[in-house]
Amino acid sequence: MKKTYGIEVDCANCANKMENAARKTEGVKDCTVNFMMQKMIVEFQEGADRNSVMENVRNNCKRVESDCEVFI
Amino acid sequence: MNRKQRIMLIRILISAAMVIALSFIPVTGLPRFVLYMLSYLIVGYDILRKAIKGIIRGQVFDECFLMATATVGAIALAIYERSGDYTEAVAVMLFYQIGELFQSYAVGKSRKNITELMDIRPDYANVEVNGTLEKVDPDDVGIGTIIIVQPGEKVPIDGVVIEGDSSLNTSALTGESLPREIHQGDEIISGSINMTGLLKVRTTKEFGDSTVSKILDLVENASSRKSKSEDFISKFARIYTPAVCLSALALAILPPVVSMIMGGSAGWEVWIYRALTFLVISCPCALVISIPLSFFAGIGGASNAGILIKGSNYLETLSKTKIVVFDKTGTLTQGVFEVNAIHHGTIDDERIIEYAALAESASSHPISRSLQKAYGKAIDRSRVSHIEEISGNGVKAIVDGHEIACGNDKLMHLLGIEPIMCHSIGTIIHVAIDGIYSGHIVISDVVKPHSAEAIQSLRKIGIRKAVMLTGDAKKVAESVAEKLGIDTVYSELLPADKVDKVEELIASKSDDEKLVFVGDGINDAPVLGRADIGIAMGAMGSDAAIEAADVVLMDDDPLKIPKAIKISQKCLRIVYENIVFAIGVKLICLALGALGIANMWLAIFADVGVMIIAVLNAIRALYVKSL
Repeated sequence: MKKTYGIEVDCANCANKMENAARKTEGVKDCTVNFMMQKMIVEFQEGADRNSVMENVRNNCKRVESDCEVFI
Repeated sequence: MNRKQRIMLIRILISAAMVIALSFIPVTGLPRFVLYMLSYLIVGYDILRKAIKGIIRGQVFDECFLMATATVGAIALAIYERSGDYTEAVAVMLFYQIGELFQSYAVGKSRKNITELMDIRPDYANVEVNGTLEKVDPDDVGIGTIIIVQPGEKVPIDGVVIEGDSSLNTSALTGESLPREIHQGDEIISGSINMTGLLKVRTTKEFGDSTVSKILDLVENASSRKSKSEDFISKFARIYTPAVCLSALALAILPPVVSMIMGGSAGWEVWIYRALTFLVISCPCALVISIPLSFFAGIGGASNAGILIKGSNYLETLSKTKIVVFDKTGTLTQGVFEVNAIHHGTIDDERIIEYAALAESASSHPISRSLQKAYGKAIDRSRVSHIEEISGNGVKAIVDGHEIACGNDKLMHLLGIEPIMCHSIGTIIHVAIDGIYSGHIVISDVVKPHSAEAIQSLRKIGIRKAVMLTGDAKKVAESVAEKLGIDTVYSELLPADKVDKVEELIASKSDDEKLVFVGDGINDAPVLGRADIGIAMGAMGSDAAIEAADVVLMDDDPLKIPKAIKISQKCLRIVYENIVFAIGVKLICLALGALGIANMWLAIFADVGVMIIAVLNAIRALYVKSL
């Protein structure tokens, strides 16, 4: 199950950091952050609750890059 | 510029003005410190705030933290040394912010440019409701709805023209500037622009399945598939910052301690200053931004030329192409077959054509279409039964009670019929009626006007080998290959043989050399998938091809193949230039900084300057017109 979310992030390295943070979140199988299109493509693990996983993804992203935003 | 950027610009200008003014006004002591601090905070307060946040969250190697440490450290040194030279700290912060602003502006600008290039998304569809036109969301239009497309409007959904004649501008889709004439009964593709006449169109697809949606989806997601270079640089960035920080720490502590042990003076200020210089160079953003930006620009430029590349990784692989394998029909040749002659007919020529056309009527192969064209009348399917396709060889069917077999000589041999071989160049369709040989039909295909030129131009850009695969007869294949300058030909292949041949070719080359297969997307999806890069051409409207291929050429001009490779080579050259240039300059500055030759000024110029040059260089990938 893949889903695309809009994000807001200012620098390319911060986008990489968000990608790593999201990948480490429980329930996320894989994640790609497209800095140029300001998009985050998240592949969820089987049976994961998307909304609660995305809340955690957002929190983890904010921890590494306080200025970022993930639009759920 | 958005609001955030404008505020940043104002902060930079105020702070810069203050610093310049302060260098002329002789203020000393505490007022001097306060004024400088004011200009420092104006330009850098958000960096300090983020740095503190980072520390609280345990994110030590954060650019903001590094910039904050470097500048605060420089201010502390200035106070300690009583030099009153705060300019350096403010300037470092100032230039850092200028760099960030430039980056954010340039990225935003090129994002906008590139998405505008691909501005084919229709905003509405005109539907006639009770005699009046209503604009509705294309998403809400069902299959089979009649929509109206006025001159100057984009065709929102794929369909068939039921009324009206016009010409279409397909340049946003194909890069082809010549308008296409369109008449009643023609298929019409979404994303093209209606130029002259009013068209009534019956939709054949939903908006989400229409060409325009597929293309937009493909282009927008292209840069999400990351290339090896991008992975390399993000891994590099992860190691680079901590490594530079640790070196800075070592630089600040080790030399003074060693010097003290040796009995000399420690010289803490000198080494701490050098360590702070290190921190200024530690931000990896210049590197990280230029690589995805180059790929994004390359993909954007290519799509504007009618070449859709599905991901940065494919762009990277494409640039290493050494072997190009072509499918013949529809790729190098027009795929428009014409019946040229009928030989050795035992019955009337018209009857032979009629039987052949009817027997082949179930097939969508170009050969069958050309037979139907030569027959010239409507096909009455009720006269045909028991159609049996013998893959790659031909077809057997019962027509008007007669058993008709038509296909190549293999089919004839298979049926125990001795065919009369033909000396003409072309595809030979032997026809047998009730097991008796009744003659053959010569059908030939025309080579595309640009095929030979395309192959020459491929050689110029370093393609080692051009191969052609075809299901066609050996004689035809060899004559075409000779005309075009193809190295190797494999003829009389069944669809499955093509995959085997491609696999053989892949096995016989080294890993660094990439193999590209070019097909027209009909029947060759497995081969498109098996090759390192599958290019489907003339794919406008063909979903299967768009799905199976890695690179999609919107029209069927073979010259687009060398163009696609040239675009990829240019893009990758820019990527490597940026990697080498950015890492090179940083390493040189680190060395000079450690030796005390480079001061903080040079460090920040190196950091911001490299980034600006790398970004400008990256944007160059967008310009592909002259390739």
